[in-house]
Amino acid sequence: MPFNLLVLASLSYVIFLFGVAFFVERRAAQGAAGWLRSPLVYTLSLSVYCTAWTFYGAVGYAARSGLEYLTIYLGPTIVFVGWWWVLRKLVRIGRQHRVTSIADLISSRYGKSNLLGVIVTVMCVTAATPYIALQLQSVTLSFGVFASATVDGWAKPDGEVTSVWVTGGLALFTILFGTRNLDANEQHTGVVTAIAVEAVVKLLALVAVGVFVVWGIADGPRDILARIDASSMAEWHMKPSRWTGLIFLSAAAVICLPRMFQVLVVENSDERHLATASWAFPLYVLMMSLFVVPIAVVGLELMPEGANPDLFVLTLPLSQGQGGLAMLAFLGGFSSATSMVIVASIALATMVSNHIVMPFWLSLRPARAVPGDVRRLVLLSRRLSIVAILALGYAYYQGSGGSAALAAIGLISFVGVAQILPAMMGGIFWRGATRTGAIWGLCLGFAVWAYTLFFPSFGADAVLSANVMANGPLGIAWLRPQALFGVEGMDPLIHALFWSMALNTVAFCTGSLLTFPNPVERVQAAAFVNAFDAEPGNTRGWSEHGAVGAEDLLIMAQRILGNDEGLGFFEGQARAQGKSGYLPDPTAGFMEQLERRLAGAVGAATAHAMISQIAGRATVSVEDLMAVANEAAQIMEYSSKLEEQQDELTRTARQLRDANDKLTQLSVQKDAFLSQISHELRTPMTSIRAFSEILAEDDLPGEMVTKYGKVIHDETKRLTRLLDDLLDLSVLENGTVQLNLELSNLREMIDGALRSSSHTRAERSFVIHRDLPSEDIFLRTDSDRLTQVFINLISNARKYCDAANPELRISVRRKGGRVIVDFIDNGSGIPKGQQALIFEKFARLTDQTKAGGAGLGLAICREVMANLGGTISYLPGQWGAAFRVTLPLRLEPPKK
Amino acid sequence: MKRPMFLAAHSYRQRRLRDAARLLPILASFLIILPMLWGEETGDLRYTGRDAIYLFTVWLVLIVAAALLARRLSIEADTAPPVLPKDKS
Repeated sequence: MPFNLLVLASLSYVIFLFGVAFFVERRAAQGAAGWLRSPLVYTLSLSVYCTAWTFYGAVGYAARSGLEYLTIYLGPTIVFVGWWWVLRKLVRIGRQHRVTSIADLISSRYGKSNLLGVIVTVMCVTAATPYIALQLQSVTLSFGVFASATVDGWAKPDGEVTSVWVTGGLALFTILFGTRNLDANEQHTGVVTAIAVEAVVKLLALVAVGVFVVWGIADGPRDILARIDASSMAEWHMKPSRWTGLIFLSAAAVICLPRMFQVLVVENSDERHLATASWAFPLYVLMMSLFVVPIAVVGLELMPEGANPDLFVLTLPLSQGQGGLAMLAFLGGFSSATSMVIVASIALATMVSNHIVMPFWLSLRPARAVPGDVRRLVLLSRRLSIVAILALGYAYYQGSGGSAALAAIGLISFVGVAQILPAMMGGIFWRGATRTGAIWGLCLGFAVWAYTLFFPSFGADAVLSANVMANGPLGIAWLRPQALFGVEGMDPLIHALFWSMALNTVAFCTGSLLTFPNPVERVQAAAFVNAFDAEPGNTRGWSEHGAVGAEDLLIMAQRILGNDEGLGFFEGQARAQGKSGYLPDPTAGFMEQLERRLAGAVGAATAHAMISQIAGRATVSVEDLMAVANEAAQIMEYSSKLEEQQDELTRTARQLRDANDKLTQLSVQKDAFLSQISHELRTPMTSIRAFSEILAEDDLPGEMVTKYGKVIHDETKRLTRLLDDLLDLSVLENGTVQLNLELSNLREMIDGALRSSSHTRAERSFVIHRDLPSEDIFLRTDSDRLTQVFINLISNARKYCDAANPELRISVRRKGGRVIVDFIDNGSGIPKGQQALIFEKFARLTDQTKAGGAGLGLAICREVMANLGGTISYLPGQWGAAFRVTLPLRLEPPKK
Repeated sequence: MKRPMFLAAHSYRQRRLRDAARLLPILASFLIILPMLWGEETGDLRYTGRDAIYLFTVWLVLIVAAALLARRLSIEADTAPPVLPKDKS
């Protein structure tokens, strides 16, 4: 194909990509990103994993080492189908902390340490440089392949000129779309969409070549399998160490590569997209690797001896006269290379500007000075970084001469970035990982990588002399770069991977175990490891001090975020605080928000340092840490307090209900009592009135007058007695009764009571059983009151005992400090149902006329006994009615 | 924090679904490393065709399994009541 046509095609393709990116940026700016932020675009953008190394190199790899090329895709497949473990957490942390790059993640996790940011940045740039060189080389090579056959049109320039043009073009594109704005989230919608388009192009191209090979040249899959068996690729060596080692390596690289981290975490706009990518990305890489073996086999069969298998994708269609297909394949390879270079240089430039340029610039400024135009500075430093990184790649390409096989460079780069893995995994899963541990691990791993793999890759005598390679430095054999500690015979790559990762991990763990993290580190460790437990924001990095001028902060924020963005953010924060205007109070919460917002633009460490310049040192004291740790405990304590209060309320409510029930009951009782009283008073009053009316008539005979006068007198007496009883009862119930405490003999009291009650139904002869010696007890009590109770009981027995030969047994016992007196007659007793009622007021079991009392006797007895510190109760299960009086031997006067 | 000892059927299924998502990469590693164990008598020489068919089949099965799990997990995330942040089965 004429070279000028090729250049034209490439140029129009690039212009088309420009158009896509520009259109998308416009749409996104109008807030209509819509499908541009779909899981599909996200998945396709992840395809920056598949670079020109994959596109061209996989076929060469397969031709040389059989199915081993699959390891490069199987590792990421394991990581993606296992997204629930690592990727989900990484994305969550990335979004929560507005992580701008992998260096920012590590630096932010280990206490916003800028030193770590610098280390990771240097490692990433070092590891990525050969990789970028590789992309430049592949584009240059493919140009060379295309143009070599033609003589007409433009003369084909030499590779050097081509690569300069390619590098320059890529730098321009990256600067135009990668650093257009300093987005808060550091997301580049336009670039990502352009990358997604390139992903489709490269997949289409490879599949098209594959389909052409399988169905165009060969005769379908069966024929391909037959050709495989017939070719030199029929058998391959599976070395277990390489198979597992490379799978592990590619799995680590897919997380740790700066460009992968960029599209996977930084550019992620929705965590749910990851769920789709978990199967769609493995599917994509499966499609990319499906036709690799067929192309390799057919290429080996058809292409002349000595043809570079790395370029079969391009040369095979060309040799079959399929110019259009070859053009597509060329664009696919071009896409692979450009997308990788663009994303990698954006990611690396972000790291360089945030972790190296900005801190350096900040350190030049006097403390508390208001920073100058930071925004322009950040963008400028990014643009310069992009140019520098691409220039570095170009220099490497020129320096190395571009001779090494593509795959080898890619794997060396992978081992380099894999050194970040221990610090990263430890950072998100192990709270005990410390900054010192991370520094030790990263430095040692990086050094071992450089010594055993990176430097030797330049060839003998380039960096390490052939003597060192063969005999070790200073002749120390166990330090030979490719046989560390005497481990010989290992594949050099696996040897380097094994030792660098092992020593890295050991140093990381040892450092973490031996050192003590500072407070910021501990807060960040908790926030990262427990990313799913709670939203961060309780780290209280900034103490509240009124000295900070919100205006200074606003000026700084505007200079980083831009005028409108900064003002909008401050206004929103002020509104959230309930203030109008643009200046919120510099509370701890606001400072935290501001720091996070700035971190999205310039990285956590720089944002922290910038706010520190204005607000003074962030103070995370031990107390703050304790407070964070205690928050959970406080919540639990609070809820248990609530529970207690709830219990208490329930208890109180129950008590109130009981009290209410009792009051209602008492009110009913009072009503009943009143009506009883009225009734009791009315009966004698009625007869008194009737007889006094009769007496008022003059003509009554004398004996009638006497008789009626006696009736009136009797009724009056009864009335008086009733009122006396009522008064007595009232006094007793109120507990205001005056007790006359003295020593007295129980027998004498019973004697007195028997004497007094003998006139009740005096006509009946009662047999009294007594045990006189047992009664000989001296009591300290109110003897009159107690005798009153006895009289009442004995009179009741005389009144109600219905036996033919009534008997009354009085027995006295002492039990402990109390005396028990039982009065048991031989009557029929009291029916069970009424036993509970007899001590109530006005309770009468028989009809009134027979009793001749108001029914207050036993009620009074009960009250008297209560006042004497004793009880009176009905004893069921005796021969007849039985009452038990219990009282203390010595009644102490109540203490006032 | 106190965790319930037993769960209702719905949340029980959710947790087992997450367990499945966690186990899948382990199964994947096992299946992918498995071919190392079918050593030929003659050493580490292998048939490319047969291994390719095995590996691509395993790969496809893993993709389908991951797709099914991802679908179920995102449906669950959309329909289930918001999972408490404390949740970790």
